[in-house]
Amino acid sequence: MATETLTIGKALNTGLRRALENDPKVIIMGEDVGKLGGVFRITDGLQKDFGDQRVIDTPLAESGIIGTAVGLAIRGYRPVCEIQFDGFVYPAYDQIVSQVAKMHYRSGGRLSIPMVIRIPFGGGIGAVEHHSESPEAYFAHTAGLKVVTCANPQDAYVMIQQAIASDDPIVFLEPKRRYWEKGQVDLDAPLSDAYPLHSARVVRPGTDVTVLAYGPMVRTCLEAATAAAEDGRELEVIDLRSLSPLDLTAAYESVKRTGRAVVVHEAPSNIGLGAELAARITEECFYSLESPVLRVTGFDIPYPAARVEEEFLPDLDRVLDAVDRTFGW
Amino acid sequence: MAKGDPGGTTRSRRAASRSRKGAAGDPALVQLLTPEGERIDSATGPDGTEYRVDFTDEEYRGLYRDLVLVRKLDAEATALQRQGELGLWASLLGQEAAQVGSGRALRTQDMAFPTYREHGVLYCRGIDPIMPLGLFRGVDQGGWDPNEFKFNMYTIVIGAQTLHATGYAMGITIDGKTGTDDGEAAIAYFGDGATSQGDVNEAFVWASVFNAPLVFFCQNNQYAISEPLERQTRVPLYQRAAGFGFPGVRVDGNDVLATYAVTRTALDNARLGQGPSLIEAYTYRMGAHTTSDDPTRYRIASEVEAWQAKDPIARVKAFLEKQQIADAGFFAEVDEQARRESVHLRERVLEMPDPEPVTMFDHVYPNGSPLLDEQRAKFSRYMESFEGSAH
Repeated sequence: MATETLTIGKALNTGLRRALENDPKVIIMGEDVGKLGGVFRITDGLQKDFGDQRVIDTPLAESGIIGTAVGLAIRGYRPVCEIQFDGFVYPAYDQIVSQVAKMHYRSGGRLSIPMVIRIPFGGGIGAVEHHSESPEAYFAHTAGLKVVTCANPQDAYVMIQQAIASDDPIVFLEPKRRYWEKGQVDLDAPLSDAYPLHSARVVRPGTDVTVLAYGPMVRTCLEAATAAAEDGRELEVIDLRSLSPLDLTAAYESVKRTGRAVVVHEAPSNIGLGAELAARITEECFYSLESPVLRVTGFDIPYPAARVEEEFLPDLDRVLDAVDRTFGW
Repeated sequence: MAKGDPGGTTRSRRAASRSRKGAAGDPALVQLLTPEGERIDSATGPDGTEYRVDFTDEEYRGLYRDLVLVRKLDAEATALQRQGELGLWASLLGQEAAQVGSGRALRTQDMAFPTYREHGVLYCRGIDPIMPLGLFRGVDQGGWDPNEFKFNMYTIVIGAQTLHATGYAMGITIDGKTGTDDGEAAIAYFGDGATSQGDVNEAFVWASVFNAPLVFFCQNNQYAISEPLERQTRVPLYQRAAGFGFPGVRVDGNDVLATYAVTRTALDNARLGQGPSLIEAYTYRMGAHTTSDDPTRYRIASEVEAWQAKDPIARVKAFLEKQQIADAGFFAEVDEQARRESVHLRERVLEMPDPEPVTMFDHVYPNGSPLLDEQRAKFSRYMESFEGSAH
């Protein structure tokens, strides 16, 4: 078994390489994905090895990237589109929401658009505006799209390949500030045996409070769980992985045991994913809850200046504060 | 006219003695049949390309038949809307020649990306005209498999399909299906209003830099709902192509022969690997934007009358009569076929059943969704709770 230590970025790169090797219909397209290897180097070396007809440097137009990818998909290709930063996806919003998401439905199931839209998302890298956003709710709200995000190198490697192999159009959110974090990756395990793409996973078992997170916040919550354990409180941390459709089987089971739930995401709270999670948990676990479901999120403001993003982003202390508050009811 | 591969054009840059640089009154307009039904042997485009057609009598009669049938079926759909059988209809009245000319210029292997008004192109592709009526009746989302018919689904968001066509054409190149006479090409339909859309301009950029085998076919029908062309552009639309680095030509969109010639040449150039081009089919929307529109609020009767004199069908009929290519018996037979097909269309529209409500949950995702399955099940139980009650 070939197990290697890889960063999330390198795991994604290796997963993309595998997808290009395994299916000649897979095409990567985006701004600067060729010689540069993308601004985060996620496509590093791929154009050199697979040519400029399979790894395509596109004109600088996001709607064009997604719109032409629709046409390529109609012709039988499986485009993997890179949007350079979260804040730049909006020019493509119509193509994603009105075209990509609806084509299968409109065709009465006769046409599929097997497209992956990769978006580095979230803050924490000290960037200027439009480079740190969390747009997941926009896409999770849209029927016809699926939305996933990874939180560790093993998932990055497997999930990107699963997303490309899926016939569903998938928005694949990459936690950009975690690109450089390392972990063990099993490179040889067959995709067919892999953990299902749209399933959540318990990443730390616990008994006292259920903490739901995804993407960049999973690590924050794991660190909070370690700190809480020192105080004698056991947090169960669930990595949601799939934001649409949500898989809450494990969450329901967990909350029925713990009686307490805290949801954590970087995106603003207002009408965000946390609200949906709180509503569903409340419906399903109403008689087990000892307190309301609490949310730890970014604030309802435009993403702030980099020098105050630490205060904007949920961190270990804010997660623990919410955990404490669940015991206040 | 048989579907698929009728007639042919002659491409030549040799100046012909009987050729004309554009049409009378508009030097930029490629025209091969005047509104009075006079044939022009050849016409020269702005880049010196000479356009001509060489049809048999049978093919001329076939084009006339197409034009009449397409107009009649369109009128039937308008009537169905007026009678409450369709929710909406976007009539092509006045644009028959632009659609039949370009639609017949497509070869079997070519792919078309329509707006929501290309009923005439659809007909020329050999597709049952009932197909888009589910959308307008509201019994489905109007869908079909684009690859089965080489005709994409109607696109209602203005201009979005031009990018789809561009991507599809890039795929033709990647597949190595250009460079020979039997190569493939794509055609993107859009209107004058769409030329203001970002997507259309992005499609121009992409098609240009990737040398995509694509024809941009703009039916300039002078209005985007109520807004006249002057609200979209200060230059003739075909001239925009130059700025993007590919040829543009304006053709008399009410002249089925010229439209055929120009489109066939552009498609063949594309399939041979010479890249994209823009055709501006200069025409007029004789009817309303859709059945929900009232054009009397924004245009004057004299303008409509002036275009009435340039009718795309009358000129073909005049030509056929003058040249004794068709007789009264032929015209009567075409009218009878049109009547029969429109009655048949009407009967089938009226037979379209309303869908079962629970089918609204179908085909959201190729691989399905457990949450959606749950919602569907709840909805089914809710609906079943009414069974046997007075409601």
